[in-house]
Amino acid sequence: MSSRIAQGGAINRQQVCRFTFDGAGYSGYAGDSLASALLANDIRLVGRSFKYHRPRGILSAGSEEPNALVELRSGARREPNTRATDIELYDGLEATSQNRWPSLKFDVQAINGLFSPLFVAGFYYKTFMWPASFWEKVYEPLIRRAAGLGRAALEADPDHYEKSWAHCDVLVIGAGPAGLAAALTAARTGARVILADENFVLGGRCLAERRTIDGQPAADWAAQAIAELRSMPDVRLFPRTTVFGVFDDGVYGAVERVNDHLPVPPEFQPRQRVWRFIAKQAVLASGAIERPLVFGNNDLPGVMLAGAVRTYLNRYAVLPGRRAVVFTDNDDGWTTAADLVAAGGQVAAIVDSREPVIVSELARRFPDIQAIAGEVNGARGGRHVESVEVTSRTGTSHRIDCNLVAMSGGWSPTLHLTSHKGNRPRWDEERSIFVPDMLPTGMRVAGAANGDMTLGEALVTGFRQGLTAAASCGFSGSMPALPRVTEESARRVPLWRVRQALGKCFVDFQNDVTTDDVELAEHEGYRSIEHLKRYTTLGMATDQGKTSGVTGIALLAQRRSIPVAATGTTTFRPPYTPVAMGALAGHHRGMDFRPTRYAPSHRWASELGASFTESGPWLRAQWFPRAGETDWFEPTCREVKAVRSTVGLCDVSTLGKIDVQGPDALKFIERLYANNFATLAVGRTRYGIMLREDGFMFDDGTAARLAENRYLITTTTAHAVQVYQHMHLCHQTLWPELDVQFVSVTDQWAQFAVAGPRSRALLQRVLDPRCDLSNEAFPFMACGEVALRNGEPARLFRISFSGELAYEIAVPGHRGDALIRTLHDAGQDLGVVPYGLEALNVLRVEKGHVVGSELNGQTTAHDLGFGRMLSTQKDFIGSVLGRRANLIDPARPRLVGIKTVDRNAKLAGGMHFIPQHAQRSIEHDQGHVTSVCYSPILEQWIGLGLLTNGPDRHGEKVMVVDPLRGAETLVEICSPVFIDPEGARLRG
Amino acid sequence: MANRYSIFSLLKESLRGHRGWAPAWRDPEPKPAYDFIVVGGGGHGLATAYYLAKNHNARNVAVLEKGYIGGGNVGRNTTIVRSNYLMPGNIPFYELSMKLWEGLEQDLNYNAMISQRGVLNLFHNDSQRDACVRRGNAMHLHGVDGELLNREQVRKLLPMADFDNARFPIMGGLMQRRGGTVRHDAVAWGFARAADSLGVDIIQNCEVTGIRQDDNGVTGVETTRGFIGSRRIGMACAGNTSRVASLAGLRLPIESHLLQAFVSEGLKPLVPCVVTFGAGHFYISQSDKGGLVFGGNLDGYNSYAQRGNLPLVEEVCEEGVALFPCLSRVRMLRSWGGIMDMSMDGSPIIDRTAVDGLYLNAGWCYGGFKATPASGWCFAHLLATDQPHEVARAYRLDRFATGRLIDENGSGAHPNRH
Amino acid sequence: MRIPCPHCGPRTHEEFTYYGDATVRRPSATGPDAEAAFYDYVYTRDNPCGLHRELWFHQGGCHEWLVVERDTRNHDIKGAVPARSVFSADDAT
Repeated sequence: MSSRIAQGGAINRQQVCRFTFDGAGYSGYAGDSLASALLANDIRLVGRSFKYHRPRGILSAGSEEPNALVELRSGARREPNTRATDIELYDGLEATSQNRWPSLKFDVQAINGLFSPLFVAGFYYKTFMWPASFWEKVYEPLIRRAAGLGRAALEADPDHYEKSWAHCDVLVIGAGPAGLAAALTAARTGARVILADENFVLGGRCLAERRTIDGQPAADWAAQAIAELRSMPDVRLFPRTTVFGVFDDGVYGAVERVNDHLPVPPEFQPRQRVWRFIAKQAVLASGAIERPLVFGNNDLPGVMLAGAVRTYLNRYAVLPGRRAVVFTDNDDGWTTAADLVAAGGQVAAIVDSREPVIVSELARRFPDIQAIAGEVNGARGGRHVESVEVTSRTGTSHRIDCNLVAMSGGWSPTLHLTSHKGNRPRWDEERSIFVPDMLPTGMRVAGAANGDMTLGEALVTGFRQGLTAAASCGFSGSMPALPRVTEESARRVPLWRVRQALGKCFVDFQNDVTTDDVELAEHEGYRSIEHLKRYTTLGMATDQGKTSGVTGIALLAQRRSIPVAATGTTTFRPPYTPVAMGALAGHHRGMDFRPTRYAPSHRWASELGASFTESGPWLRAQWFPRAGETDWFEPTCREVKAVRSTVGLCDVSTLGKIDVQGPDALKFIERLYANNFATLAVGRTRYGIMLREDGFMFDDGTAARLAENRYLITTTTAHAVQVYQHMHLCHQTLWPELDVQFVSVTDQWAQFAVAGPRSRALLQRVLDPRCDLSNEAFPFMACGEVALRNGEPARLFRISFSGELAYEIAVPGHRGDALIRTLHDAGQDLGVVPYGLEALNVLRVEKGHVVGSELNGQTTAHDLGFGRMLSTQKDFIGSVLGRRANLIDPARPRLVGIKTVDRNAKLAGGMHFIPQHAQRSIEHDQGHVTSVCYSPILEQWIGLGLLTNGPDRHGEKVMVVDPLRGAETLVEICSPVFIDPEGARLRG
Repeated sequence: MANRYSIFSLLKESLRGHRGWAPAWRDPEPKPAYDFIVVGGGGHGLATAYYLAKNHNARNVAVLEKGYIGGGNVGRNTTIVRSNYLMPGNIPFYELSMKLWEGLEQDLNYNAMISQRGVLNLFHNDSQRDACVRRGNAMHLHGVDGELLNREQVRKLLPMADFDNARFPIMGGLMQRRGGTVRHDAVAWGFARAADSLGVDIIQNCEVTGIRQDDNGVTGVETTRGFIGSRRIGMACAGNTSRVASLAGLRLPIESHLLQAFVSEGLKPLVPCVVTFGAGHFYISQSDKGGLVFGGNLDGYNSYAQRGNLPLVEEVCEEGVALFPCLSRVRMLRSWGGIMDMSMDGSPIIDRTAVDGLYLNAGWCYGGFKATPASGWCFAHLLATDQPHEVARAYRLDRFATGRLIDENGSGAHPNRH
Repeated sequence: MRIPCPHCGPRTHEEFTYYGDATVRRPSATGPDAEAAFYDYVYTRDNPCGLHRELWFHQGGCHEWLVVERDTRNHDIKGAVPARSVFSADDAT
């Protein structure tokens, strides 16, 4: 550990952390970042750049890092593009460099650098066009392999993620001096405060500077502030937590890296947690980001931001280079020189681009350091900086040997979160920075984020903003005595680029965007800042332009000879720093992607070995295989035959059920349904159809009149929620005067179809013997309350989806399991069989009943043969637009039955109708097949379809074609009702 | 005059510091009047102007853009192109667009990185499969390519998809191999450069604030840069259609909705084609630079804000991780939002309006990007001839009144459900 | 967004289902130009860039339809009232 300073720093030298980088072993201390540990081990070359594969090192000490990206961990936990400056070192950490081949030191694609005159901004828009077919085959695969950065893991992430909410009065974002000050004054008023900071240690630049507050080191002041905050019950501290987005109405998105500082999260603990902070007020104290200076080869490893150098010196006790040159356009750079000297480093020169008079004044304070009023033209070195070329204002040139260049182009307020809601920052010409302008409601800004760059200003504005934020929430307090702080100055004369550059001058390091690229884009007319950004890709890398954005704008302004204010900025959008998709997904993945709803008979069906399928959110039994049955076909046919010959049981609880009550219940459902309900007697059920207001079919179901003013209506499984909302919309906005109440009871009732010639016999064994199920007492479409043999109440409906004598029996949901077992047991000698969705589908196709494939939102009542049901006597939803000529046009595709002419031929849903001898082309397309099944009763494939003029074409032979799969067959058009068209069986 | 782009001109320029490139388009002052004005400098407006000049020999055309060209939806989408539609009114139009894409770069002399990597729509149950088959067959009957892939074929293509632990297991997919992605900004810039070279005036920072009419129809537009006369004005300002149309007193079957889209950090090649997830609303592809580009549903409420909220972000990530569990540790880099011109049946409008000489190109919903060339082609035809182009005949404004709707997913008159 | 439900207090908008424009009114089904009136009602919208009165259903809460006044430029919500109060008042006038 040759670069570790013997004393100081916020690291724990008792706790050694071993880690590997590109397979080699190193060690650091707890409290290190991966970047500081690498520097301590004299590792300077960390990555390769995106386009030219130039060697890159560590530029910064925070989340703005564009260069030092690594793949962290391995296998299923591999995290590409992870910033070494952000990673908290832990014992066992594994990091690998990325975007290089075969090795970091020798990267073949660095040859791209030789072609860099070709690879200018937007070069790819101008070439790779000939021949056209070469793009996918040749150019694109090459580009793709070269591009990209790290490699994603290929296996499922083994870790877990959580989502949580937290409410507070005042959210303080950033725990540097301003944030701590704001949290203190807000919390002391009694307000509920949340303080979040992206770093793993709270304190911000208090940890990185050798400054004093009231005579004590700033880090100690921060520690005391944190201790005080921690002692207050209504304050929550969130280190390792990035507030990544500002959303509407005081919603702040944040991600807490709960266990990223461990090799693997402890059992039952999440890796990360996404928070939604709901805050009445927020104080943004996110500090500032230092700008690199733009000179030749400013991307060489060893060229660092001056403030980052201080962080490494003071917080991590690492000397990033023994012999440094400081290059600055502002006073702050000089502090770095002082810190370097204090840490035992050697400062070969300070190069300050400002007027000699300013430089010589400052130089008086540093008699031992050579101060040059001038500029660094370029850095030299292979994989690391070895020297710099400097030209003084007097015109003399020097080469100065060094292995560290600390550069400072001044600091840009970290104001990203102020503009997430669309507000753009304002250019402050005097200070040459963008500052927040219009703010999101409830947000205020303190400290450097607001352009108040000195420690003293940070504390004052922090105290004040914390207090006013709390006051806005109704809490009062007073300003504390202002602490005494070390004096400092933030004077700056911006140097956007050096006048004479040696080598490439990078503006955006990660995307390899140079000053030449900016100039070319402007020259070619990409003059709007948005065009510049998109054409050059400036600011579009994983660091989102944190270190490059402002410089890019200023260079464009300079080039166009317009003020920066007229250039504007691009939009800042969430997330502030990239967020793992898994964290945003939380628990909703794998089998828990969406909730699973189980029907009341699920356990019973599982015990019988049923195969299940998804039906929206529900899992429903598809078929109930018996021993020896290996596919879907055999059990389905057996179940269908049983329903047609003995009796079958099927869980139909998933259908929506809505209980409608009140004096105006009839009026209400009359307006909802397209057909007549006025004549429905108590104790009777009727099939009904609902239209949308645009006249197309919405849903179908039954309405049972349970009492004078009470109806139980059913909906399809798919539309249960929509119908319920629609009914409320109609009631609350169209007819609020109707005295009617309704509630969804879908989950409250378990309902089973008991279908088949022996259904009556089976039910008689289960129901109270006094219950008369004769045709006279309980005819087709009857409904009523009944009792089970044990006295429990139930509802019985004599309705049939299969066309057989059939009933549906309903009991309270929790009794469903018991009832289905009772029914199953009681019917053994009657030959009872459970049947699933497949058999249900065959039964309904045989009977011509429509379901979702026909009720697809594109069909009308006329299309489906319900035209005559539409009442002409009343106004109902859809009545007016449903009458439009195009909706009742007989030439529309309308419902028909089809059966194959060749009895061995198969059918498939989605086939299209084509006249028998016509070409297979779109002019002859006459509709499509909606539902098909093999009918074990008819012993052939049959189906339903929507065919132009369909009902008028019964008996005609038409081709159904499936060019997608190369199949076609001839079918005969017939009535959609294949079985018992007279309905004798269901009335039996 | 613009230089011709080629590897040779690029080599030549690279030897002399790229000083010889001409600006991609001029920055002209508006003339007092034009034969044609296209309102909106997005993809559709620029394409319209280009085809007016190229196909109809119009030499006096202006495109008026309130901000910078390509700043609307053409610059904020997920760059997908495809023609895998279902409804008869849609397929021929989108297939024309697909064919135009296939020759666009040579035509415009601008590499838009058209990448026919395939578009794969996954299905997860029998009824989704039947719907895919119905659509695939409609495509075949139109002469459009499509393939039905089974589960194993999908697994081979997407080994990282969740086949073993999925809530809604993948059954298969409908693949259109000719579908893919196009570099979106390049489309706007390529059309702009090509239109400019044919004499079209592209006027940026010029917002239309009024539409003047006399007894014979439209006479010109008031703008922030003064009055500009024209008897043929086309509105191609999706997102803001209702606002501009209201200047002529028109009320339209359109709502403006918010669609967010997302990009991940750059990764080495992972997702080989465009994939849509059938158990939710999610689509993903990988850009040439390595970022995964993905999106999902609308936020669901009317909005002109061009930014969205967190619930939708979370929903989209849930779907992404459910589809490809390895995406869990991949980071979302950036999000953006666009204003969708959501029509009442989910399909576009290219038609005359009640005002003579004022034409409408609108209602593109999510589908606007892939439609760009055909939309320009057909709108130019309508503006130049006053007759609808053959493949855009169904895109009439009166179809909402007559009921000849083109409702691909059967959602009815609910713009946020299309 | 957080919608200030008059019954449940401010709740995240995920709990609500959006419907759309709350200013259109269902016309008479029997008028001479009923079809044209219904066309307007069902299909055409002002679609304002600015204040929008719109219907939201509190599916995850009180099951009340609300009329929410919201600015479509920035999503600022001015207020929310039960729809039935708005629509009943209409009938009274």
